[in-house]
Amino acid sequence: MADIRYSKDHEWVRREGALAVVGITDYAQNQLGDVVYVELPEIGRKVEQSGEAAVVESVKAASEVYAPVSGEVVAVNELLSGEPGRVNADAMGEGWFFTLKLSDPKQLDALMDEAGYKKFVEGLS
Amino acid sequence: MVEAATETLQRTPLYELHRSLGAKLVPFAGYEMPVQYPQGILAEHLHTRSKAGLFDVSHMGQIRLRGAGAAGALETLCPGDIQALAPMRQRYTLFTNERGGILDDLMVTNAGDHLFVVVNAACKVADIAHLRRHLDPRVKVEVLAEHALLALQGPQAAIVMARLAPELASMTFMTAAAVSLGGAACLVTRSGYTGEDGFEISVPAARAEGLAKRLLAEPEVAPIGLGARDSLRLEAGLCLYGHDIDETTTVIEADLAWAYHKRRRQEGGFPGAAVLQRQLADGPPRKRVGILPDGRAPAREHTDITDGANRIGEITSGGFGPTVGGPIAMGYVTTAHAAPGTALSLVVRGTPRPARIVKLPFFAPRYYRGK
Repeated sequence: MADIRYSKDHEWVRREGALAVVGITDYAQNQLGDVVYVELPEIGRKVEQSGEAAVVESVKAASEVYAPVSGEVVAVNELLSGEPGRVNADAMGEGWFFTLKLSDPKQLDALMDEAGYKKFVEGLS
Repeated sequence: MVEAATETLQRTPLYELHRSLGAKLVPFAGYEMPVQYPQGILAEHLHTRSKAGLFDVSHMGQIRLRGAGAAGALETLCPGDIQALAPMRQRYTLFTNERGGILDDLMVTNAGDHLFVVVNAACKVADIAHLRRHLDPRVKVEVLAEHALLALQGPQAAIVMARLAPELASMTFMTAAAVSLGGAACLVTRSGYTGEDGFEISVPAARAEGLAKRLLAEPEVAPIGLGARDSLRLEAGLCLYGHDIDETTTVIEADLAWAYHKRRRQEGGFPGAAVLQRQLADGPPRKRVGILPDGRAPAREHTDITDGANRIGEITSGGFGPTVGGPIAMGYVTTAHAAPGTALSLVVRGTPRPARIVKLPFFAPRYYRGK
């Protein structure tokens, strides 16, 4: 069972050894509505925790996606350029955004676990 | 667009119905309005293009102008030929200011013994004051506060409406009929804001929910929120007040000269007539145009437009066109760059992206003009 952590900006991050896969949560995709465009970072770009890393656009508006942890972008989900709707269909799986090489794995510990995020979201409505 | 604090928001007669349908409600022009229902903006847009969508537009202002000479009086505030409007015919016009700018855009119907006027929600208070201040005092300005306004839009709207009132089937685009719908006395016009065939229905507030439920019970009809209303009107190339047109954009710059009718061009007699005449003769300094971004990235309102080196304008409405299947936009560019086919750059998040000017609309309207 992979350990998934969550940010207050509604990103999820799943650690895979020295790497971490990042996406937006199901709650986030539901709030955004139909995703029509995703702008992903370039491979090799270094992103700082809480810094802008990607943009997700719904029919109505554009929203920033922040890096939940610091690291270097080593892969992006090319599927999303042709099929941005995958973010709505499977936010936690096929709708992943990018993979980071972690620069400080300890940052993960400060993020919410699934129970914590669930509670956080319940407090928003 | 005016967004008020939650405690001051008004509700339309369909508020409870929106809630029961699972609408996401947002503040819009001082009202708590449905931006979307559970099916979502994309599906709602496509539903309207293929079947029939029901919109609550009760936040808009409905006004009756009564009295002999009402049409001539209204002409002192707008560039349209209102006196030529035959009974039960409708026309699009604009309130102008002394600079030829636009105070609001509106629909006027000759309802026989009065003019029926529909104005934008965000402008209605100012419009009513404007009418009361400037119209000949013999013209009575009645605000229809106790009326809702519903719109049924889409290729199947006519067959649905005919089930309620068969005489509506033969109405043509931009005409009106006074009919009873489920026992409610309504004024129906064949018009809308989606590029589709469709109807707008002015109905007494107390009967609005019953009528909306009756329409929603038809298999072709789904409720549609303001989100899809915006993407539908953008594809149809229609202006949104406060975005594509406002007090600083003239009627000519906005490419609405078709609403500046021949007799009025000759006679003038409304605010800004001299400015509009001059721009018609010499050409306006800038023009509203359609813009098609290359690639997939939408360019939103306020995006700068450049010719590659210099700023030549700004996007006023931009997003994703579900029927077009890609990003679409409208905006103003200097007249030298306004010809269809002209290549330009849109500065999205600091990066110039290629785009070109296209002829509006993005979606050819399907108005019913008779057999």
